Amino acid sequence: MFWFLAAPGTFWLVVFFLAPLAIVWALSFGEQTSLVDTEITGTLENYVRAVGTPVYLQIIWKSLWISAIATFLCLVVAYPVAFLISFVRGRWKMLLLVAVILPFWINLLIRTYALLAVFRTRGFVNFGFEWIYNTLWLDTIFGRFQPLELLYNNFSVTAGLVYVFMPFMVLPLYASIERLDKSYLEASLDLGASQTRTFFRITVPLTMPGIVSGIILVFIPMLGAFLIPDLLGGTNAQMIGNVIERQFKAANDYPFGAALSFLLMYATFGALALRAFMAGRKSGMEI
Amino acid sequence: MGVFKRASQGPLDYHRRLWLRLYVGLTFLAIYAPIITLIIFSFNDSRRNIVWRGFTTKYYWKAWNNDSLFEAFVNSLTIASVSTIVSTILGTMVALLLWRFRFPLKSAYEGLMALPIVVPEICMGVAMLAFFSRVTGFPTGWIWPFNLSAITAAHIAFSFPFVAIVVRSRLAGFNRELEEASKDLGASEWQTFWKVIFPFMKPGVIAGALLAFTLSLDDFVVTFFTSGPDTLTFPVKVYSMVRFSVTPEVNAASTVLVAITIIVTIIAMRFQSPEKMARG
Repeated sequence: MFWFLAAPGTFWLVVFFLAPLAIVWALSFGEQTSLVDTEITGTLENYVRAVGTPVYLQIIWKSLWISAIATFLCLVVAYPVAFLISFVRGRWKMLLLVAVILPFWINLLIRTYALLAVFRTRGFVNFGFEWIYNTLWLDTIFGRFQPLELLYNNFSVTAGLVYVFMPFMVLPLYASIERLDKSYLEASLDLGASQTRTFFRITVPLTMPGIVSGIILVFIPMLGAFLIPDLLGGTNAQMIGNVIERQFKAANDYPFGAALSFLLMYATFGALALRAFMAGRKSGMEI
Repeated sequence: MGVFKRASQGPLDYHRRLWLRLYVGLTFLAIYAPIITLIIFSFNDSRRNIVWRGFTTKYYWKAWNNDSLFEAFVNSLTIASVSTIVSTILGTMVALLLWRFRFPLKSAYEGLMALPIVVPEICMGVAMLAFFSRVTGFPTGWIWPFNLSAITAAHIAFSFPFVAIVVRSRLAGFNRELEEASKDLGASEWQTFWKVIFPFMKPGVIAGALLAFTLSLDDFVVTFFTSGPDTLTFPVKVYSMVRFSVTPEVNAASTVLVAITIIVTIIAMRFQSPEKMARG
C-alpha cells in the first residue's frame, strides 16, 4: 500500500523535475564544445563569468535593486489595504478579500499586457495627460503634446512588478494583522501614545512575521521575473530572467545560462532558509 | 478629545477613516482598471484600441477564425485535460501517502514535493528545455497530440504538488473513527477507501483538479521553454501576438482566457467549501 501510493508521484517528481534540475546543475559546470554538445568538465568558469563580467554583474545588481525597490513599494501599498481589510467586518470583508485574491486567477501575461496598453506612447496615461494638456490650452503655448516615454525603462519594469505582485503581499500581511491582539493598540492609545507612534511601535513590530513572510513571498518571484521585464522593459531594462532566457534560446550557451539560473536558485533557497530561520526564532508566532 | 469626533468613530475604527478608505479604493482601482479596460476594449469597433468607436463582437470572430490561434487554443485544452487527469491522480495518491503513513525522512520528502511550487518558474522552464532537448529529444516530430507530451509532462510536474496540498488539507478534517467503524463493521481496506474515505475527500479532489486545470491553462513561462514551433499553446501564441502589436483581437483572446479561468476557479471555490454550497 505504501509503495503503491508512493511510487507514481515520486517517479514523476524524480524524472520530470529533479532530473531536469540536476541536468541544469551539471551543465552549469560544463563547457560548450560545439553547437549542440556540452562537456561536463567541472569548471567554475560559468559562475566566474556570471559574477566577474561587468555586463552580467550589472544586470544581477540591477535585478536585485529593482526587486528590492518593487518589494518595498508593494509593502507600502499593501499594508494599508491589509490593515483596512482586517478591521472591516461582515460582507465587505469577504468582498475585499475576494477582490485581493481575484488577480491571482488572471493570467500573468494578460495582466502585463493590460499594463502595456496603459503605459505605451499611445496608451491611456499619455492619452489622459494629452487631454489635460490640451484642456489647459498648453498646446497653444508650448506646441503639440509630446507623449511621455513610459515604457521600456526601469520605471515601467518596477511598476509592472509592483502591479503584478502586490496581491501576494496583502495576504500574509492580512493574516498577521488579523491575528494581532487589538487590545495592545487600545492600551497604547490609552497610555497616551499617538496613532502614528502606536502604529510604528506596536502594530509594525507585532506584525513583523507577516511583513517578513510577504517580503520573501514577493521578492523571490520578482527576482526571477521574465515576462514583465521582457514585455515592459525591452532591451533597456533587462533582468536575470531575460539573460537566462537568451542563453537558452538565442545565444545557445546552455552552461552559462545554467550557472545563472542556479545562482537564482541559490538566492531562492537562501531567502527560504532565512524565512524558516525567522519563523523558528519567533516560535509561537508562526508565519 | 473624543467629544470633537463623531460618536460612531472610535480610535480603533480604522475602517471608518475616510482617507484609508480612499487609499484602498484607489489601490483597487489601479489593480482592476487596466484589466477592465482591456476587456471593454475587446468590444471596441476600432483597430487603434484607444478611442471608443462603438460596440462590436467582430474581434471575437476574428480570433475564432484565426487558425493558428484556434489551434493553440485546442492544444492548450488538450494539454490541460491530460495534465489535470494525471496530476489529480498523482496528487491524490501523494496526499493519501502523507496523510496515512509516517516514514523516515518524511519532512524531507514533503520538502521535495513542495519544490516545484517554490522554484522560480524560469529555472523550471530552462530545466525542462535542457532535459527534453539534450536528453530525451523533443517529441516534435510526433503526430498530434503526442507532440504535446513534453509540455504535458512538465505541466503535470508543477501541478500535482498543488493537488496534493489541496487534497491533504481536506483529509486533515477527516474523522478517523469513521474509518475504524467501517472496518469494525467488516469492510475491507478497499471498500473502506471507496465508501468512506473517498466520498469525504471528493470535494478536495475536485477542487485540486480544477486548480490543476487553471494552472496548466494559464502557464506561460514553463510552456514557453518547452514548446516548439508546431506546439504552441494559447498563452504562448498570445505572447507572440502581444510582442507584435496591441490589437483588439489580442484583447478578445485574453478576455476569453480570463473568463475561462475565473469560471473554473469559482466552481473550484464552491467545491472547496461544500457546506456553503449546500446552503446555496
